[in-house]
Formats: sequence, C-alpha cells, structure tokens
Amino acid sequence: MFYPIQLLADWLTYSVFSVTPKTLLAGAVNFFIFDTIKIFILLGVIIFVVSIIRSFLPAEKIRDILSHKHKFVGNILAALFGIITPFCSCSAVPLFLGFVEVGVPLGVTFSFLVSSPMVNEVALVLLFGMFGWKIATIYILSGVIIAIISGLIIGELPVEHLLADFVRQNQAKNNLQLPKMNWPQRLNYAKSYTWNIFKKVWPYILIGIGLGAWIHGYVPADFLVKYAGADKWYAVPLAVLVGIPLYSNAAGVIPLVSALTEKGVAIGTTLAFMMAVTALSLPEFMILKKVIKTKLIIIFTLIVGMGIIFTGYLFNFLIK
Amino acid sequence: MVIKILGTGCPNCKRLEANAQKAVEELGSDAVIEKITDTGLIMNYGILSTPALVINEQVMSYGRIPDVAEIKTMLTNPELTKSTTNSTIPKIGGCSGGKC
Repeated sequence: MFYPIQLLADWLTYSVFSVTPKTLLAGAVNFFIFDTIKIFILLGVIIFVVSIIRSFLPAEKIRDILSHKHKFVGNILAALFGIITPFCSCSAVPLFLGFVEVGVPLGVTFSFLVSSPMVNEVALVLLFGMFGWKIATIYILSGVIIAIISGLIIGELPVEHLLADFVRQNQAKNNLQLPKMNWPQRLNYAKSYTWNIFKKVWPYILIGIGLGAWIHGYVPADFLVKYAGADKWYAVPLAVLVGIPLYSNAAGVIPLVSALTEKGVAIGTTLAFMMAVTALSLPEFMILKKVIKTKLIIIFTLIVGMGIIFTGYLFNFLIK
Repeated sequence: MVIKILGTGCPNCKRLEANAQKAVEELGSDAVIEKITDTGLIMNYGILSTPALVINEQVMSYGRIPDVAEIKTMLTNPELTKSTTNSTIPKIGGCSGGKC
C-alpha cells in the first residue's frame, strides 16, 4: 500500500541527495523520508475523515445521547464516542460540567474523559503508520476497554461529594435547538481542522521521526533488550510514570518510541507508555481540579493507571 | 443587533471575533459585538464546543469558525432581525433558566 512512497523515498535518497546505497546514512535518510511522507499523508486523510464524522456527532449531540443512557450501555457508548472527539485540556471543564449537568452519570462521563484523549486520531495515524494495523487496533480496543471499565468502577464508588460545590447534577437543560451544519460548512470545518492539527504537530513528528531514523540507522538492534525487554518487570510501570508529564509531545513520542521498540523495548511496554502519555496528563489534572477534588483525580489516575499497566503486562506476555 | 462571541479566550475565539468584526464592517451594520468568556454563562447556551457565535441570543455556530461571507449571510437573515426584546436566554423546554 505504501509502495509508491517507498519508490519516491528511494529516488530522493539515492538520486536526488545521492547518498551511497547500503550505508548507515542511506538507511537513516531513506527511513526518514519514507516515514515523513507516509505519516503526513495518513494524518491529512484520517483527520479529515474523522472531522467529517464529527460534524455529524459533535460533543453537544453526544451529551444529549448519553444523558438518556445508564451504566454499561452508557459507558460503552461514551468510550466509543470518545474515539472521534478531540480533546484538549482546555475543553475538559466545559465538557465535564456540560455532561454532569444534563444528568449523564458520573461513571459514564469518566468513560468519555478517559477515551477521548487516549484514543485520538493523531495517535492512531502514528501507530498505524509506524507499527501497522494490528498494533493500532490493539491500542484502540484496549483504550476503549480501559475507558469502559474505569468508568464503571468510578460509577460504583461514592464520589459525588468529591465534585466541586458548584457542580449541579441533573439540571436537564439539554433541549436547546442548536443549528446543524450543511455540507459546504462540514467540508470547510474538516479542512480547517485538519490544517490546524497539522500545523500544531508537524515539528514534533519531524523531530520524532528524525531521532527515530538516527536510532534506526546507528543504534544496535538489541541495545535496549537488557533494559526494557519483556522479562523486565519494572519496565511497564516505569513507562507509565514517565508518560504522565509528557502530554504535549504525544505526536513526537510515537515515532521515537517506534524506533525504541525496534531496538528491544517490548511492545506491551510501548503501548502502556503511549497510553499514559495520552490518557494521563498533568495539565489536564490541573484544569480538572477546578471541578473535582484532588482525591477524585488521584482515584481516577490510579484506576486508569492500573488499567494501563495491566494492558502493558498482558501484551508483553501475549506478543513475543 | 447583538453579536456575542462565546469562548474562553483561545486563539480560535479571536479569529471568530475578527471575522465577525469584518462582516459587520463590510455590511455597514450597527451590530454590537460582545465577548462572553465566563464558562457558566457560555454553558447557558447549551454548547460545549467553543468558539460559538450568537446573534440576538440565538446560537448560529459552535465549535468552528465561520468565514466572513457566512457571517454576513447570518446577519442578513430576516428571521433574526425580529424578537430582540423579550428573552435574554433562549427558551428551554418548559424551564427557562433558574430553578427547575
């Protein structure tokens, strides 16, 4: 499927830049060009398609659907809707308040809050481009399952008193008539959204792929096995801890991590690291502190963190 | 006519405001542009995605930035030029603001 891009990368490497074939430099340059073109094309296409889908299912509509659902069905739907919803920490508070106020159960709201940043289209494109569709699918499925289970657990806990005092539940004011977009507006929206994301992430992706290319060409293949191979029990929890403060660079982290995986980091550890980078983020915690008390943030982090660690061990065990 | 830009001050809200400003100027309209940055007030309009454009208390767009031409079409829509006086917040299925 990416064969034409490989031809283009070969032509650029050997004919345009005239790098001597079969050298370390040739390998690194070729890898860099191929991956950059492939990822940029995938990003453009997938973000555009997801934006079009989202123009039919904006957060407002998801909220109205979820307000009629109870646990299980609600948690599953919330985790699935989270896939197409972009999530930046600046929208966390309005989303949280908006959901809770119209009577979406707390557990269901949390399923959405976990899934939305963790299973996002940028991470997906990068995983698909760098690891292939199997790992990308495993990532989505585990992300959705972690979101469903974390939400179900939080829904069972007595945590209502851990909401900020001004958060009012069940205010039921979701019957407002909001305008719908027409097709030219949808296309316009998708175009400008795709362009905005692209503008934001391309430097990180270039740096990530650049470092990856360097590692690909110059670091011996089993270099990291003895530090982070599947038999090292501490690798998964450590990866999760390191991932928490790394939120803003998720776009650059994945190409880099893909190169590390090639050099011996176990795949479950890699998955756990990426999930921690996207799902648990310090800036998001700071913002959520306005609406929920620190104790609930800690409970949330522990539940999701344990889910991620479990997933990491599971895939280290399953995929050898 | 009152145009409100709902948003917490992100770059997108500023772009929407600039587009609205331009549309008003190009039409030579006497519309006033207000910025609403308070999350509680924003949420009274039933939206979650900002920035949103509200004309005469009616949400015209949310979560995207309509261009100048589109805003001009909204501003010249005859349905909006009426009913500026009564409600400040759109009527909500049997519960118009306050306690319910």
